[in-house]
Parts: sequence; structure tokens; C-alpha cells
Amino acid sequence: MAVRVDRYKCGYCGACVTVCPADAIELVGVCIEIRENCNECGVCVNICPVGALELENKG
Amino acid sequence: MREERYDVVVVGAGPGGSTAAKVAAEHGLDVLLIEKNQEIGVPVRCAEGVSKRVENFVSLPKECIATEAAGARIFSPDGTCVELSEKTARGKLAEVGYVLERKLFDKYLARLAADSGVEVRVKTQAISILKDGSSVKGIVVRDVSDDAKIFADVVIAADGVESKIGRMAGLETRIKPADLEVCAQFYMTGIDVEEDFSEFYLGNKIAPGGYAWVFPKGERSANVGVGIEASRSRDGARALDYLKAFVRRKFPEGRVLGQVYGAVPVSGPIKSVADGIILVGDAARQTDPLTGGGILNAMEAGKIAGEVVAEAFERKDFSESSLREYEERCKELNEKLTRMYRARLLVSKFSDKELNRLARSLEGVRFEELNARELLRELIKRNPRLLMSLAKLFP
Repeated sequence: MAVRVDRYKCGYCGACVTVCPADAIELVGVCIEIRENCNECGVCVNICPVGALELENKG
Repeated sequence: MREERYDVVVVGAGPGGSTAAKVAAEHGLDVLLIEKNQEIGVPVRCAEGVSKRVENFVSLPKECIATEAAGARIFSPDGTCVELSEKTARGKLAEVGYVLERKLFDKYLARLAADSGVEVRVKTQAISILKDGSSVKGIVVRDVSDDAKIFADVVIAADGVESKIGRMAGLETRIKPADLEVCAQFYMTGIDVEEDFSEFYLGNKIAPGGYAWVFPKGERSANVGVGIEASRSRDGARALDYLKAFVRRKFPEGRVLGQVYGAVPVSGPIKSVADGIILVGDAARQTDPLTGGGILNAMEAGKIAGEVVAEAFERKDFSESSLREYEERCKELNEKLTRMYRARLLVSKFSDKELNRLARSLEGVRFEELNARELLRELIKRNPRLLMSLAKLFP
């Protein structure tokens, strides 16, 4: 998984689901789930209103 | 897997979904309305302002209305105030006339649907769609017990901004960040607000590509929020950062009793029908691109969807060409949305200096009607050169 969700920060607004070009994000109830087909484009990371998404550092 | 059969399944019990379900049931159809959340209307993802025109659609019980405002005040970056009040507008109704209790409003609409014979299920998520060739034939739902196949001749997807059901059906519902507003809101108390007015604050430092709002919600309380264009959001300059800055300046003494986050599609209308499926409300991008308001458009479209589906049953034809009647009857709404989209593109490019100049040009104006369109008309009249391209949209 390339993008990580901080569940403590997430306000489950659905913005990331809406913009994801790879269709890799799902809002299940109030939980964001990111699927393996995430292409790490980072669009969701920038637009999140609270900064709950992060590109994982694969180090 | 368990299998069930309905005439129509509606995904999402917001104002659009509940209205569509109710109207379809009133036409004698067997309707299932599902809501993924445990409780209808929760979590709220809305600033809760709505025009008093809401009463053309439904008569509201008192508890659904938190506050009734007599008008709106729009502030330019330097604080110049443009006032739209019912007093100056000869009794016309304000664009944000009611501040709703969405938790109760949404439940009330769902109750009306249930009273019309709709079966309602909460904590029930649509996880995929059923297809027969190119045609949508139902959905697969997941709830606390197990998965079930729900077969239906028509799926009405009122599943909100994410619009996943439409995407599964092959409709392009993804949105680029320039066509999305991301919002953060605090429900605040202990603040000095005038209960009579909803307030809007414009400016590139306050809310780039959007606006900040203060919608009164009972005594010394309000929904205080900021929406910014998603393409202008970045680390350290997110919707929440702008909201915190706004609140620090405006209501440092306030207390936050609730937080709300939301995303508002401002792309203008998209293709909203395919074989066996209709999109309604935010899912169909039917929010007003300039104001962000979506409740009434969703209810209007929901009603049309319910009627069109009932007629499709008479014809026994659920193909895209049969359901296209929905887009046909949404034409007026869609044309309005397209105009507002173009207006938004122009307005969101104004510098703070230009916004100030525009606000000052309206000094002393008495508005005949209290809506964004009338405001734009007056602005165009007074600033013909600056707003030349806007004038073409509102002849």
C-alpha cells in the first residue's frame, strides 16, 4: 500500500475517493481503505482537508 | 449468496435518494432504499444552509430547522459588506434562509419514504453492481449478517460525492481537483453571531477558490466553515488550516462542539444515465458550482428520477435511451448548473483587489431577489468591463 491513512485524523469526507484517478480508494462506512492498485500519484494527499493521507516512505 | 428482488433499489438515503425512493413507491413500485451508515443523516457532511424554497418540496417539521435567517451578508476581503435581506428585497426568499438540522432533516425525508412503502435498510453498503451484458441489474449489498444479491430493474445511485456506483456502471464520475471543493467546519458556541444573517467571506487568503461561511445555528452558535478549491490545497494550506486561521481571527473566544469535513463537486452536470441506472444529487454532480448548495437540486432531481423510473416501468424499458428522459427533464437544472460552473471559473480567478472593487460597486443596491444569479446580474450591470465574459452567461 503506497498511501497511508491516519485514522485519527481522517474526517471521512470522501474527497480522496472522488479524485482518485486509479479508483483505488473506498470509503466503507467511516473508514477509508486504499487498495493495491494505488499508483502513488499523491493527488489525494494534497487535497485532504485535514492532512490524513501520507505517501508511505518505502525506504 | 442470498438473493432478493425489488423493482427499484436506491443507494444512499440523503435528500436525493429518499425523495427518489418515495416518489417511485408512490407510483406503486417495490422500492428498497439502502444507507451505508448506521444512522441516516449521520455523519453530517454539510454546512446545512438551504433556501426557503425547500418548502416547495416538503413541509418541514420545526425540529428540522435550527435557524431561520432573513438574509445574507457577503464580505469582500477588505470587509466591505454586501447585504441581501428580505427587507430590501420585497419579501423574496433568501438563498440561505434556513439552517437545517441535517441529522433530523435526512431522517424525516427517509421516514416519508418509509411511510410511502419504501423498505429502508441502514448499515448496508453496496459493494458491487450486478450486470447483464451492459445493463445494470442490481447490486450486491453487505450488512451485519451477510452479502446479498439485490436484483432490480433500475438502480438509482444517490451515493454522494464519491459516486462509486456510477463508476462501477461505467459512467465517468471521477473529478479533477479543480472541480472539487474541500471543506472543514466547526460547530461553534459561545460566539457573537447575528442570528438573522448567514455570512459569506470571500478572499484568496481566507478561502482560495471558495469561501468561508458563518451559518447561525441557535443562540450564540453557528456552523463556521471554509471551503477551498481542492487544486489549491497543499500541506500547511489545507481546508482545516484556513478554517483554524479564520476562527482564530473571528471567534477566538468560541468553543468547538463539533467538526465536519466534506467535499462538494463543482464540476457541473455529468452524464447521469446508463442501461438500468440513474445518478441523483452529488453523485450526478448536481450541486451549484458557485454556491456549493446541493440539497434542493438533489430533491428536484430525485423527484424526476422517481417519476421517470415509474414511466419506464409502464414501458417495460429500462435501457439508457428510455431513462434518458431523466436528463431531458433535468435540462433546465443542468443548464443552470452549467452557467454557474462558467461563472465559478471566472469568479474564482478574481484577485482580492478585484473582489473589493466589485463589493464596493454594490454599495446602496437594493436587491429584488436574494440569490447568486441576481447578485451576478447586478455586478455585471455595474462592472461591465471587468465582467464582460460573465455578462455573456447572464444576458
